Amino acid sequence: MGNQIVVPFGPQHPVLPEPIHLDLVMEDERVVEAVPTIGYVHRGLEKLVEKRDFKDYVLIAERICGICSFTHSVTYCNAIEHIMGIEVPPRAQFIRTIWMEYSRMHSHLLWLGLAADAMGFENLFMNAWRLREEILDDMEATTGGRVIQGSSKVGGIRLDIPDEKLGEMVDHLKKIRPLLEESNRIFTHDQTVRHRMRGLGVLSEKDAWDLGAVGPVARGSGCDMDVRSSGYSAYGELGFKPVVFTHGDCLDRCLVRSEEVLASVDLVERAVAKMPDGPIEEKVKGNPNGEYFAFSEQPRGECMHYVRANGKKNIVRHRVRTPTFTNIPPLVKMLEGIEMADVPVVVLTIDPCIGCAER
Amino acid sequence: MIEQKHTIIEIAVTDLLKTVEEYHTKGNRLVQIGCTPLGDCYEINYTFTTAWEFESLRITVHDGDEIPSISGIYWGAFIYENEIHDLFGLTVTGMNVDFQGHLIETRVPTPFKNPPTVTKVPKGGDA
Repeated sequence: MGNQIVVPFGPQHPVLPEPIHLDLVMEDERVVEAVPTIGYVHRGLEKLVEKRDFKDYVLIAERICGICSFTHSVTYCNAIEHIMGIEVPPRAQFIRTIWMEYSRMHSHLLWLGLAADAMGFENLFMNAWRLREEILDDMEATTGGRVIQGSSKVGGIRLDIPDEKLGEMVDHLKKIRPLLEESNRIFTHDQTVRHRMRGLGVLSEKDAWDLGAVGPVARGSGCDMDVRSSGYSAYGELGFKPVVFTHGDCLDRCLVRSEEVLASVDLVERAVAKMPDGPIEEKVKGNPNGEYFAFSEQPRGECMHYVRANGKKNIVRHRVRTPTFTNIPPLVKMLEGIEMADVPVVVLTIDPCIGCAER
Repeated sequence: MIEQKHTIIEIAVTDLLKTVEEYHTKGNRLVQIGCTPLGDCYEINYTFTTAWEFESLRITVHDGDEIPSISGIYWGAFIYENEIHDLFGLTVTGMNVDFQGHLIETRVPTPFKNPPTVTKVPKGGDA
């Protein structure tokens, strides 16, 4: 055994997208062990629920993350609606689903751009972000917000999307689909990408399951695990199938995301084709009393909102378990045995959102 | 609306490790560990799943009680157990990675145990 040294990596580092600290125990250039530390951006949002009306808190739940924001608000609403026995109208469920898939598209395109940038592939980076702008344009046109939408509320949604606009959105997606496919071809076949990512940071299917991996991290390791399969919101009516790859390396985590962008386009098209007419919200009377664990599939993976209420306007407990939080132990496993120069790429492939993880 | 089957099973702290071991043997995934403060006690939920049917083991503890770590069974549990220690001030014994209270360092230590006092800044006063 050679001499071991500990290299502190982060929380502020030019190649880290989020403030996570890693103590890397190194033997020469190889990582023997990685000890993660978080806690640099803790905001106390879960505590704030004790001071805010449960209806107003939707807007705070949405601010847990700037990328999965809409899905956070829907998951929180799902928990409250279940406790209160509110039946959300089908049209609202479909429109929520469309916006959640737009969130996934823009999150994945953002990540694909960052991955390309981490590999030094500037052109691919610019291309992914240019396509993301096209998606954000439709988000902005339908909700008024590019990052925070503020469109979900307990009982339904605040804004309808007129049928004419839904048609325009589908036309727009049809136009950019060939560009997304071209981008996918580069991630799938380009030698630079494959050389940098294939066989790197391998997480076996068994380790992914045992360590609690979720989202593209789990699906890149062969776990057929996607909360959308359970059919929440309108997913049960859209014929959803998860995207699964089996190598468990950085490339397969990348390919899961690039394929999921196209899968999201399909889901939006199907949702628009099946869009029901009718109201977009159900009236909410009284306060919640009970508890519920609501699950959703965010762009980064399975997210859980646990709500405990006692019949008052303030909630007793709001616990959020985000995908990044549960993907940290798998990350530690991925880092074992890799070279120092590969650490940033491997960290990036779990798509870390420490703001999400710490609430 | 999502309607997943979720069963909550209340157990004694002394049965925790044995029961968790059974879940592990049956091939369950650890979904989360979460704590809820309720008056003078705390409820801790250990959620497991094999597919989309969830089961939560629930224990109730008080200040000063010691909770055995399940990180010997589910290696990744350390992240949840350190979080519970840092935010609620509960003692978890035998964690495989013990951050000694430095995983989440909040301005007010253990904020869910010692609620922070919020004072409003008077109008015209310095923020």
